[in-house]
Amino acid sequence: MAKKDKKNGKAVAKRNAHSDLKFFGWRRENGRVGVRNHVIILPLDDLSNSACEAVANNIKGTMALPHAYGRLQFGEDLDLHFRTLIGTGANPNVAAVVVIGIEDGWTKRVVDGIAKTGKPVTGFGIEGHGDIATIAKASYVAKQYVQMASELQREECDIGELWVSTKCGESDTTTGLASCPTVGNMYDKLIPSGIYGVFGETSEITGAEHLARERAISKKVGDKWFKVWKAYQDDVIEAHKTDDLSDSQPTKGNIAGGLTTIEEKALGNLEKIGRECRYIDVLEPAEAPRKGKGLYYMDTSSAAAECVTLMAAAGYAVHTFPTGQGNVIGNPIVPVIKISGNPKTMRTMGEHIDVDVSGILRREMTIPQAGDALIDMIVRTANGRLTAAEALGHREYVMTKLYRSA
Amino acid sequence: MAIPQLLVHDRKDTVGVVVIEGLKKGTDMLCVVTYDNSSFKLKSKMDVPIGHKVALVDIKKGDTIWKYGQDIGIAKKGIGKGEHVHVHNVKTKRW
Repeated sequence: MAKKDKKNGKAVAKRNAHSDLKFFGWRRENGRVGVRNHVIILPLDDLSNSACEAVANNIKGTMALPHAYGRLQFGEDLDLHFRTLIGTGANPNVAAVVVIGIEDGWTKRVVDGIAKTGKPVTGFGIEGHGDIATIAKASYVAKQYVQMASELQREECDIGELWVSTKCGESDTTTGLASCPTVGNMYDKLIPSGIYGVFGETSEITGAEHLARERAISKKVGDKWFKVWKAYQDDVIEAHKTDDLSDSQPTKGNIAGGLTTIEEKALGNLEKIGRECRYIDVLEPAEAPRKGKGLYYMDTSSAAAECVTLMAAAGYAVHTFPTGQGNVIGNPIVPVIKISGNPKTMRTMGEHIDVDVSGILRREMTIPQAGDALIDMIVRTANGRLTAAEALGHREYVMTKLYRSA
Repeated sequence: MAIPQLLVHDRKDTVGVVVIEGLKKGTDMLCVVTYDNSSFKLKSKMDVPIGHKVALVDIKKGDTIWKYGQDIGIAKKGIGKGEHVHVHNVKTKRW
């Protein structure tokens, strides 16, 4: 790095300038800063989706987050379900929450979890009342919440108060050349400025596990990471594979984009953590980071919506999403910034992409320039610019299920 | 610099990535190694889609394929310099 500094004095000045970057966000009761001001209507379970959607339809400016699970789960899978729901409600992009569940017990557990942040939250159980009475009661509360939220003001915050996650999707060979190193460059510049980062995708590190392990801050953290990766190989791949992963990893889309093996895909994927960052801890799915500012690893699936949902539930406020072939994913509460370096994708589905880095392939743009363009888009997005995914209405909210329900 | 047709991650690599649409057989490709910006020329032996790989050297059956300076798999059959490299002639060593 020192060599690069000498060669390019301008880059040094730019990097120092990143610590002075500001954005305008909403400071919540617990001190965390959000970049959106959502009032969400959160179903405990699949059965309560209908009532939540009715409330969101009644009260303009609120949003229901329907999902497929929440009944008869148990053990670690149930813990993850609660962690995801509570984490979603606790995310600083959310101003207030109405929780609706089929019964009161588990509904209260979610409400109590979110209430620890100090933000307004109220729960309603459907049993003994029916959908219509529940929708009426919940609508009154949702109306109060959305009017309260509409008066909250943004304030100026240091860039170090931003939590930025990453996960790529519909990768191809251009993601390894352009969009993933763009995210890596952003982390190399912003992690030293004090932001929280996170990457994951345990299955898609397969093939680059030797390099991923070395990127830990210490041998202890690297060993913790390797244990998580190995458990995935043993408990999931070996236990469930019918032949091998050749038909799923790389995906058909990856192969169409030119990726041949899982190793090639993993090496491109790992470009997202740049050259200098070291991850400081390994998180369970949807687990909030506890070791202070820095880059974290989260044990997640590589399925886009599942992964982004887990990172949002851990408290991350902005997501950076490199794509090659053109994954269209969004998230209901977190703006998902798409970055692509594939000129064909820009030409055929450019409306989904926020940052075009295809100039890297033409050698018209350097990786540090692309990193700066992404940082600029992160700040603009934090300040309120709607991402392509937000404008197009992408709100994929997908629970990670560890095993079948009882 | 002119716009390259092929990008190569590392000097050690035996494959490069086509970065333009509609690459035709017989194109005298400008190839750039992103690691150090060095360049060389290579003739494509077939039409290759954007994002797909081309062999930089003659590869024998059983040879390791190098990209990012790393092992990304093994050749299932011989691949000539300038030919398309993909799932039809390369596989992972993992399974």
